[in-house]
Amino acid sequence: MGSFIATRLVRLVATLLAVSFLTFLLVNLLPGDAINALIPIEAQQDQEYVAQVRAEWGLDDPMLVRYGKWLGDAVRGDLGDSIVTSRAVSSEIAHRIPVTGELMIVTVIFSVLLAVPLGVMSAYREGSRLDQFISGGAQFALSVPGFVAGLLFIYVFAMKLGWFPATGWTRISNSISGNLMTVTLPALSLSVIEVAVYTRVVRSDLVTTLKEDYILSARSKGLKDGFILFRHALRPSSLTLITVVGLNIGLLLGGTVVVEFLFALPGLGKRLLDAIFQRDFMMVQGITVFVAMVYVVVNTLVDLVYLVVDPRIRKAD
Amino acid sequence: MVDQAANSPLLKVDDLRTTFTIPAGDVKAVRGVSFSLDRGRTLGIVGESGSGKTVLARSVMRLNLGTNVTTTGTAVFEGTDVLTRSPAEMRQLWGTEMAMVFQDPMTSLNPLVRVQRQVTEHLCRHLNLNRSEARQAAVDLLREVRIPDPETRLRSFPHELSGGMRQRVCIAVALACAPSLLFADEPTTALDVTVQHQILNLLSREQADREMAMVLVTHDLGVVAGRTDDTMVMYAGTVVEHAPTASLFADMRHPYSEALMRSIPRTSLPSHTRLAAITGRPPDLIDPPTGCDFSPRCPYVQDQCVNEEPPLVETDDPTHRLACWTPVGSPEARVAFEKNLAAGLQQAVAVDLSAAPSSTGGVDG
Repeated sequence: MGSFIATRLVRLVATLLAVSFLTFLLVNLLPGDAINALIPIEAQQDQEYVAQVRAEWGLDDPMLVRYGKWLGDAVRGDLGDSIVTSRAVSSEIAHRIPVTGELMIVTVIFSVLLAVPLGVMSAYREGSRLDQFISGGAQFALSVPGFVAGLLFIYVFAMKLGWFPATGWTRISNSISGNLMTVTLPALSLSVIEVAVYTRVVRSDLVTTLKEDYILSARSKGLKDGFILFRHALRPSSLTLITVVGLNIGLLLGGTVVVEFLFALPGLGKRLLDAIFQRDFMMVQGITVFVAMVYVVVNTLVDLVYLVVDPRIRKAD
Repeated sequence: MVDQAANSPLLKVDDLRTTFTIPAGDVKAVRGVSFSLDRGRTLGIVGESGSGKTVLARSVMRLNLGTNVTTTGTAVFEGTDVLTRSPAEMRQLWGTEMAMVFQDPMTSLNPLVRVQRQVTEHLCRHLNLNRSEARQAAVDLLREVRIPDPETRLRSFPHELSGGMRQRVCIAVALACAPSLLFADEPTTALDVTVQHQILNLLSREQADREMAMVLVTHDLGVVAGRTDDTMVMYAGTVVEHAPTASLFADMRHPYSEALMRSIPRTSLPSHTRLAAITGRPPDLIDPPTGCDFSPRCPYVQDQCVNEEPPLVETDDPTHRLACWTPVGSPEARVAFEKNLAAGLQQAVAVDLSAAPSSTGGVDG
């Protein structure tokens, strides 16, 4: 158990180093000069002033030196200041993360709650009309990008039916019901593809599990089908689902960028998008590394969930 | 009427046929099997892989899954035909009246569920036990199947037990609701030789103590010898010989039974003696041969065997049923064997060679 966590920690640090360096390199390769964000074009006539600002921000240092400086600050929790707003990147992230975090958690909950019953029904009636309908629906949903689903949901549920607000965000600290109203549509939009993926994963694992001898032996004990499905078959069929949920956190983070933009949510994705447009390299760098850290931590937690689900893995470690 | 019900057999199977429809055609896995089994009696079903013995057992229990299976005929269990029962009615029978021990204890227990729940979940459902009653019942059952330290074992997962222990757990599961009929489907095939004996003895003891009827399915004649009241030899989905076990071993009449017997390795023979395998392969069950199914592999084959299917009929001993035109030891068999040997028929030559070391070989003119 101890060595298990130690291995994962080493992997976490290595991944973060690699991601931060690659991001630094990528931001560096972006066309455009950060000086344009720092000083208005008119003021750039003053060569002396420009040189002074460049020196101040270290823009003339070699890339590796700048990366080293950034890394030194980052390990102390200082991700630098935004070059546009001059606010600390870390406080911007702290301000924005509740929105994106909640959006992602609600999306995963929605997706799993919808996908598990669909996958179970589909696998239980393998080959039937119902199975074909669910599998076909999942195939179709897979090809619907989040923003298309989002536009559709806004049109139907916000504009036509008026059940939910089309845009905006209510913080959970202000009103829980208001918060739920504002999170539902964005989370549903993000869920469409997730539900499709999870349904297929649950179905295919469960179809395999249902052919196992221990399912036959459970039947021969006179247990009801529903009991066999949920108490015998579902847990052995959930390992792939857990893996895919963990891996999809990355996909979901990408999805939030578009969906936050669409629903005008003050989340991290929206902030990242703004930062990219403004050439706010400190902000881009900080958010990317933070997101990478979340991703790696979530997937390390997923590895720990395996231990809970399958006692055989517990033993082997 | 009441007396009649008490005297009638526990299970009476009549002309049972099970077919699996696959893209290549209809696989006729069981092709017209009839037998009956009285309360508290034991029946051994012997045959090689693919002879239909497992499918037969599962058909009677209605445990063949999938939508491509059709079973016809009747299987009257305790007065009603199980083949016409609804799934809900079957669930009432499963566990409480009929139970099954499966071949591989490594795969027939759920790897993620503790032993206690697996042993008692159906008890709780069928008998409405509460938690502490169920726990006590589980401890008693594990003790009965001779699992040491049952209180600890209840909390184990299957992977923490040895193969023999797992099969004991499976037997405990099957016995939990005191069924009147137990199917043991190759219960020792997946186990170490040293453990096989213990498990068979356990099954025999439980069968006798509980006066439970038992069907023991196996590919090994040595398993049924001395353990079952009757033995049924199956080949290609049909019964070829059915007799009380003692008389079957004393007077083996079907060439296939004889071949199975001959293929058991013997320690009395010198080492490096060639194993007397049965030549050829089992027939295609999508398109079975005309005549006797065993004729392509039989050393006593003659023209009638190839053209006409032998019916399963009583021999001079009415309890001994046989489906063969040239029973082992008959004059017809002797003549046919000499002819086939002279013609160089592969299966006859193989039998002659394996019989050679002992120089007798049951076919001397």
